[in-house]
Amino acid sequence: MVSGGVSKFAKARPDATFQKIVKESFDYAMNDVPKLKHSMIDGSVVSYFSDHFTRQLMAGIMATDYLGLCPKPNKRIEGGGATGGLCFQAGWEAVASGRMNVCAAFGFETMSHVPTWKGNEFIALASDVNFDYPVGGFYSGYYAMMVNRHMHEFGTTVEQLAMVSVKNHMNAYGNPYAQKRRKLTIADVRNSAMVAYPLTLLDICVMSDGAATCILADEETAFKLTDHPVKITGVGTGTDMMRMADRPHGEVILAPNEKKSDYRNLKYPGVHSFRAGRSAGLQAYKMAGITDPLKQIDFVELHDAYTSSEIQTYEDLALCKYGDGGKFVEAGYPFMPQIDYGMKLPMKGTLPVNPSGGLIACGHPVGATGLMQAVFAFWQIQGSIKKHYGNGELQLKKADRGLIHSHAGTGTYVTVSIMERGW
Amino acid sequence: MAKKNPAKAPAESKKVEELMTGTTVFNIPLPADLKTLKGMSPIVIKQPYHIDYIHSYGQDSPFFAGLSNGKLLGTKCGKCDYTYATPRLACTQCGRETKWVEIPQTGRVHTFTTCYFGGEEFLKETPFHLVLVEFDGVDTLFLSRLIGPAGPEDIRIGMKVKAKFRRNSQLKPTDVYFVPAE
Ligand SMILES: [Zn+2]
Repeated sequence: MVSGGVSKFAKARPDATFQKIVKESFDYAMNDVPKLKHSMIDGSVVSYFSDHFTRQLMAGIMATDYLGLCPKPNKRIEGGGATGGLCFQAGWEAVASGRMNVCAAFGFETMSHVPTWKGNEFIALASDVNFDYPVGGFYSGYYAMMVNRHMHEFGTTVEQLAMVSVKNHMNAYGNPYAQKRRKLTIADVRNSAMVAYPLTLLDICVMSDGAATCILADEETAFKLTDHPVKITGVGTGTDMMRMADRPHGEVILAPNEKKSDYRNLKYPGVHSFRAGRSAGLQAYKMAGITDPLKQIDFVELHDAYTSSEIQTYEDLALCKYGDGGKFVEAGYPFMPQIDYGMKLPMKGTLPVNPSGGLIACGHPVGATGLMQAVFAFWQIQGSIKKHYGNGELQLKKADRGLIHSHAGTGTYVTVSIMERGW
Repeated sequence: MAKKNPAKAPAESKKVEELMTGTTVFNIPLPADLKTLKGMSPIVIKQPYHIDYIHSYGQDSPFFAGLSNGKLLGTKCGKCDYTYATPRLACTQCGRETKWVEIPQTGRVHTFTTCYFGGEEFLKETPFHLVLVEFDGVDTLFLSRLIGPAGPEDIRIGMKVKAKFRRNSQLKPTDVYFVPAE
């Protein structure tokens, strides 16, 4: 990866159509590597989740032609909430296969075009419309059922969920791209409106308008364009059944740092864990040579559409054992060491999770989200946070290796990519 | 359009609700100087969209016929013995075609939630409870509504529940719902 750009995520961007918002992120990425000429781009991949939000089929080619990338190769990538992560990996595939030397991967969503509850209805159409949607289709409800089972199985608490919200909102304070920058307490999170028990308004991400672009290149070209390229050393993609009710209750897929005896009585994945996340993580770890992720990764940008899914994802990514996700946040591991969160933590953070503020605070314009994570991780590894955020508050001292994680509908598609300092 | 229940509206929204109704406009003024156009406010219009689909339940149709006759029909693999509470005609374990079987009408709450908000279509029904029901001898779960408990504090995982059916079926999965059985 040689460059990236993000439009500031906002609740609504009536001033621009989706093409122009994509162009903003694309121009930012192009301007960041002046040696990259438009003519050097061999092709592109584009992602957006829902045709319903734009009421426009083939919006992908319209973004592509606006960027002046015709008649070069392009295709649309879609996979629910993981759309952006899948697009990032499709861009990587285009370069890794040798088909392209330089590939632009961009994505967007304009969710403000319908009222919030209509938007929730559209998103719920990404559940089985014969058996699930008509029962009361609502994604927050689906995730709430998952976390209730997680709490039952492992003793996870609502306060532990709230800590994730406090952390990510506070991190976003230093990120000018974020939509919600707020200093919160655990009580604020618990006292906000109940949406789907036990998840409150502040446990859940918001809808956004936004776009993001990543420019990917082969190693030789990358070093011609920049002295500080970031290498993609591992990719993994997992899947699971759309209907949560159909998921198996079998045995845990073990990470290299786990034993069968760790999980004697646990039925897996059931509805408490994301098997796709575990599958994606293990593929990416194997490819990148990671055997002890807690020690070998410097930071993580993961898909925290819900505070509960952040906790579940710690476990899927084997940052801790299944069942220990709540304790993992309580102990302080995923916090930034340099930030005051207004609460007492037992230790300084060692593996910051969502230093950017995550989806909860940055916003979640679906087709852009996974690419946004890649851009924030790219800047973190380059050490260029100060240049791009206008302040260095969120720059980690050691950020040589990061993990990005994108996730769709109750864990149906999950992507994990490992990014490392390439110079 | 979305009607927020004022009793449950988020505390932070101290503002008038935006409406999807408005004035019809047939013309708007344009300045003579084209150089000023980039400073113009965006034009936002309402675009209605409505479709009636001709939707078939296909091979899953017997399930809905079962509901209208007071029966819960699932499927079972003859080879793996794997039983599906929500029917699927192909076994996910071995790929063989499954057969239709009747599944029990009593089960337990595997997990639950209470929705205070929802997609627009269901907003008027809030608050409602969603449950995933587990049955003895059945390998997968079943998503349904739980009717009866006042709030989430009256529901617990493991609680016994039994199926009830609408008398006038709508050929929707909501033709069956569950009620506490203890
Ligand atoms: Zn079978």
